Amino acid sequence: MNDPHSLVAPYALDALDLQEEREFEEHLATCESCRQELARLRETAASLAYAAPGPAPPLALKERILDQARADRPNLVSLPRRRSWTAPLAAAAAVAAAAAIGLGVWGATRSTSTDPFAAVLAQSGARVVPMGDRGALAVAPDGSAAIALSAPNAPAGKTYEAWVIRNGTPKRAGLLSGTSTLRIQRPVGTGAVVAVTLERTGGVDRPTTPPVAQTRALS
Amino acid sequence: MTLLTAPPPPATRDLAHLSDESLLSLVAASDDDALAELYDRFGRVAYSLALRILRDEALAQDAVQEAFLGVWRSADRFLAERAKASTWILTLVHRRAVDLVRREERRRGEPLESAPEPAAPDTTEDEATLGLQRRLVQEALSQLSPEQRQALELGYYGGLTQSELAEQLGQPLGTIKSRMFSGLSRLRDLLAEAGLEQSYP
Repeated sequence: MNDPHSLVAPYALDALDLQEEREFEEHLATCESCRQELARLRETAASLAYAAPGPAPPLALKERILDQARADRPNLVSLPRRRSWTAPLAAAAAVAAAAAIGLGVWGATRSTSTDPFAAVLAQSGARVVPMGDRGALAVAPDGSAAIALSAPNAPAGKTYEAWVIRNGTPKRAGLLSGTSTLRIQRPVGTGAVVAVTLERTGGVDRPTTPPVAQTRALS
Repeated sequence: MTLLTAPPPPATRDLAHLSDESLLSLVAASDDDALAELYDRFGRVAYSLALRILRDEALAQDAVQEAFLGVWRSADRFLAERAKASTWILTLVHRRAVDLVRREERRRGEPLESAPEPAAPDTTEDEATLGLQRRLVQEALSQLSPEQRQALELGYYGGLTQSELAEQLGQPLGTIKSRMFSGLSRLRDLLAEAGLEQSYP
């Protein structure tokens, strides 16, 4: 049995097997001190790359990469990869990432019940609606909903504010600091749009900036 | 309204003065010149690392290509990460190379052939910075205990999992984890003393 905290260095070195890696990423989603430790150790691990002497890559490699990149413009809404590389996401954002790539049931089987996103997903008939690549909305048939936002910490004096917009009228739905989860404080029904904007601390009555994350109108 | 209308790109663009992080922001906006500039900065280190892990030129090229396409496709997610761009890019390269070496070894049922250590490259003016960084890291590595160094080298360059390492060295798993942790922590201190920039104190 692995104590999850003890896996941070092997994880930073990519020295875990898939099962251990999943375990640790679940732990990471709930452990701020491991996330901080990982950020430090990752940086040191990456510096090991410089100690490997070697020849220059063939010139053709650069052209191959650029050709393929140009042929492969990213989608407007990019899906999270299976493995987040430092996994700095909050628990629910990890759930959202898994859900958004088709593993929605995972959220329902997670043991952490304090996470509002997981709690909504655990309800029968709940689903995940992407909010671009900045997060996701979990919404249950009874209209209860939660946001998992994956965003840099709001700058000093600012906060992220969630909105439920119906018929063009935004209603305040709660505040977030950055990568975090939020239970939406009002029901989210058919036709509504849920959005997140960056506002001054304490929140405002109407959004004043373009959304950093937004769902389509819910069906 | 000009907000939604991108200006035509200038005929030539000098991106050399931009930080790695700024370049990644441009890559997130599908700017392929910025990707080219990042490749110029990190392609060589990436290839050396991939070659050290994979010991096969074709596989190393695959790893670098897939990693840089990963940079291209997911640069927007870097913006939310708390890391230097170089860390992020080299982590993608390392992961890709480790994934490939494990897959290849499973397929063959045996470890990849060890190739002779590649000769150190000519130190042209162009490579002076790279050479300096390499010496600093090698110097710091040499100051670790042999056990710490072995754990880091077999883990990071060898692509071994902690369990494989424990088995190969005949040590308990806890010992391996502890060597990896103490080795990385000590290396971090040594690199900081040597003046290599670390963004997390």
